[in-house]
Amino acid sequence: MAVETQTRRATTEQHQTEPQLGARLICQALVREGVDLIFGYPGGAVIPLYDVLPEFPIHHVLVRHEQGAAHAADGYARATGKVGVCLATSGPGATNLVTGIATAMMDSVPLVAITGQVPQHVIGMDAFQETDITGITIPITKYNMVIRSVDEIGPAIQKAFYLARSGRPGPVLIDIPKDVQLAKGYLAPPQPVNLPGYRPTIVPHRRQIRRAAELIRQAKRPLVLAGHGILISGATEELVKFAERAQIPVGLTLLGISGFPASHPLCLGLVGMHGFAHANRAIHEADVIVGIGMRFDDRVTGRPSEFAPNARIVHIDIDPAEIGKVLKTEVPVVGDAREALKLLLEEMEPLRHDEWIETIRSWYRPIRTAPSGPNGVLQPQYVVDRLHKLTEGKAIVTTDVGQHQMWAAQLYKCDIPNQWISSGGLGTMGFGVPAAMGASLGRPEAEVWAVVGDGGVQMTLHEFATIVDEQCNVKVAIINNGYLGMVRQWQQLFHNRNYSETPISSPDYVLLGQAYRMPARRVTRPAEVDEAIQWARSFRGPALIEFVVNQEENVYPMIPSGGSFREMIDVHDAQDGEW
Amino acid sequence: MRSHTLVVLVEDKPGVMNRIVSLFRQRGFNIDSIAVGHTETPGLSRITLVAKGDDRKIEQLVKQLYKVLEVIKITDVTDENLIQRELALIKVNATERTRSDIMRLVSDVYRARIVDAAPDAMVIEVTGPPEKIESLITLIRPYGIKELARTGVVAMARGSRAVAIGQPEVVA
Repeated sequence: MAVETQTRRATTEQHQTEPQLGARLICQALVREGVDLIFGYPGGAVIPLYDVLPEFPIHHVLVRHEQGAAHAADGYARATGKVGVCLATSGPGATNLVTGIATAMMDSVPLVAITGQVPQHVIGMDAFQETDITGITIPITKYNMVIRSVDEIGPAIQKAFYLARSGRPGPVLIDIPKDVQLAKGYLAPPQPVNLPGYRPTIVPHRRQIRRAAELIRQAKRPLVLAGHGILISGATEELVKFAERAQIPVGLTLLGISGFPASHPLCLGLVGMHGFAHANRAIHEADVIVGIGMRFDDRVTGRPSEFAPNARIVHIDIDPAEIGKVLKTEVPVVGDAREALKLLLEEMEPLRHDEWIETIRSWYRPIRTAPSGPNGVLQPQYVVDRLHKLTEGKAIVTTDVGQHQMWAAQLYKCDIPNQWISSGGLGTMGFGVPAAMGASLGRPEAEVWAVVGDGGVQMTLHEFATIVDEQCNVKVAIINNGYLGMVRQWQQLFHNRNYSETPISSPDYVLLGQAYRMPARRVTRPAEVDEAIQWARSFRGPALIEFVVNQEENVYPMIPSGGSFREMIDVHDAQDGEW
Repeated sequence: MRSHTLVVLVEDKPGVMNRIVSLFRQRGFNIDSIAVGHTETPGLSRITLVAKGDDRKIEQLVKQLYKVLEVIKITDVTDENLIQRELALIKVNATERTRSDIMRLVSDVYRARIVDAAPDAMVIEVTGPPEKIESLITLIRPYGIKELARTGVVAMARGSRAVAIGQPEVVA
């Protein structure tokens, strides 16, 4: 009855005003969802939308390639916890978003991608700039939809934001034909979203929590593996309380970094392929592993049959499909990480594992951070280590993918939630620069460092122009070793040093920076590192530093792909590590 | 590895089958048969799915299917007391010499029907569990099968318990 009255009133209100252009309704619906920032690029099928966009309190950031828009929206979402929005035209505009959408899907990032589409009467006619973007993005979106009439605009946009941010977050794509943008109608008032096929479990079963607590109580060598779910659910405080009360050390997945303070005595840091030796050994020796908000990705487990051979597994995740996907799980807990930890805390009395913690500490070997190698050449690890120290560990750090990413993951110790932004699942080179831009626009007060390689930066360096336009407080640190370094490392270790197509040239980055009106410097000697970083920090706004580093430095420790802890190569075992 | 029969209730909306089939392809699930049709509830379609795999693989398939937004309910009916039916149309070579043999085989043993006849061919319509259809095909094959069309299996558990959501339809 109440609902009925409400609807009638809303309908009456609507009809007192003139019908509105679909494009305006789209903007109104976005404003209603709290959107004040869009990364986009205009084109034929979104001209009506761009025509009215300036009327609304939404800041539009004009990127230089739609991939940049998707990554920037992703970086914005990860830095703020809000839904990131990107906008592109039909055809190539839409397909250029694909890499960014897939990146967000793999890393569970809330993203709404809006694409224009050719008018409905020519859909299916191979019209100019027509592409089946909903067909293309089925496997890489949480959901996607076509808005077929002006009446659907309100409910569709509401549903898209609800789906993007709720449950296990992810990207949602909305395809809007041009004729819908040009049709006139009314914005339906917001309704409670009712999706019979979508009921994510937020609060876990108490019985499963009790079983988990019981298993943890029995454990002599327990270990927590914390993932991105900690950050998504905002569970850092609860995780710290839990780890302290039960005295359980915490290993972090790549995307779990910053979810548990690196400086905490129970923090073991990164686990997995390039994780710390003591952290991976702890997994190997553990008798109970509690995975929270993570998915036992192959970069964490290596060969699953030999992963954590002595451990019984408790797995807490909001996505039931992740539980039991890779490992046999003794206690499955479906639910939000924060809710699960809250319940677990209620069931958990203080425990002690002094001996176990001491044993793990005795395995610790620091990552080497010497300023230079045998030939006096600048070492990349030193650069990251100095960056960490000089920024007091307080910067937001984004990365590309490869060696520099692993050094940053090992050495930039993160204590503040969401200060670490990196493409984990998809491993997208070119992510770092646009993601830094998005993070900076979402958190203007923050100092943002894009730590990137000379390979990845060349994939999206056109976004320097956008960063300069927006005067983002983004400092780009290019770790230039003249190679696609991670592939080169694999070629060295597993393919007889056959450096096939991995040496890669770079432009003169200082000149390039100048061309983009971005202050830029080059560093080649260890003695210049601190001064250059301090220079970049001495002013607000974009800056670029190229660090020319040791070309054949490798990332250690390393567990070869599909291998087990027993096959770990540490710097002390590696032939190239003896200096 | 054994055959599982799953009944999947989905919202009848554009693109649903596309999403489901895309999921099978992407994750490498092997589907033996798939049949789709309307249900007793308007707006709801029923997919009967036969897939082979160990329990873990099937569990993953079910969990991944549940992530498709329009999927409402999945029931593994493999271990139920099950009625399984499939329909096949078989166009087989038939000369004057073989015609009566085929007809006898089809009607007496398999209770199938001849639904069309031409001077050198016949079309057989057969309904039943997939094993029955397999066995008829094996017997008919020596005569020369020109064309074969199968619907895929639909299944329903015996007894009064129903795979459905919401209120049962009230019969006046």
